[in-house]
Amino acid sequence: MRVRALLFASLRERAGAGEIDLELPAGSSVDAARDALEARHPGLFAGPVATAVNGAHVRGAGARLREGDEIAFLPPVSGG
Amino acid sequence: MAERPLASFELSAEPLNCGAIAGSVSSPSDGAVVFFVGVVRNEARGRPVVRLEYEAYARLASSEMERIFGEMRERFGVERVRVGHRTGICGIGEPSVAIAVAAPHRAAAFDACRYCIDELKKRVPIWKKEIYADGSAWIGERS
Repeated sequence: MRVRALLFASLRERAGAGEIDLELPAGSSVDAARDALEARHPGLFAGPVATAVNGAHVRGAGARLREGDEIAFLPPVSGG
Repeated sequence: MAERPLASFELSAEPLNCGAIAGSVSSPSDGAVVFFVGVVRNEARGRPVVRLEYEAYARLASSEMERIFGEMRERFGVERVRVGHRTGICGIGEPSVAIAVAAPHRAAAFDACRYCIDELKKRVPIWKKEIYADGSAWIGERS
């Protein structure tokens, strides 16, 4: 299945892209998506990162992904 | 004419129109408008700052702001709020965030405005990069 990873701020710069499409086995978890990105870009997730799937926060890295999901990796925020 | 929602949030790549944000929030039942503007400073942690760059995850930023608006209603009884936040490059002295809160009385407006900016900074997926004369840093990662 194909999912789209969104990377922001320092993650986006480290990876050199804000959007990366990933091909993962059906039923893969948030963790698997993270591992796939880390394999492509070693050191990408050096700091704390929160995740959101389809615009909603996800707690627990074992959450399952579905075809077409948008999974966002969010460094600590600093707006204002 | 479409009715404006009571509480609204907008990300803007263009300079914020502070007058429009502050001037359009109140209803005839309001006796107080509190307006907060966050402005880009020329210094951070002892280091001269040349400019800031903001980026946001718009989809989640909007839903997180809606939750904050809901909490402002519950905690302070405040319904009329307008929030604007910049994305992109922001020079020294430019507003990066503007929050207008209207309420019948000032206490609730002050408290709700303070709550709004504090929670925005903690929770809303917006990131700030400080640009210095000799480098740059994303803020938020234990800085």
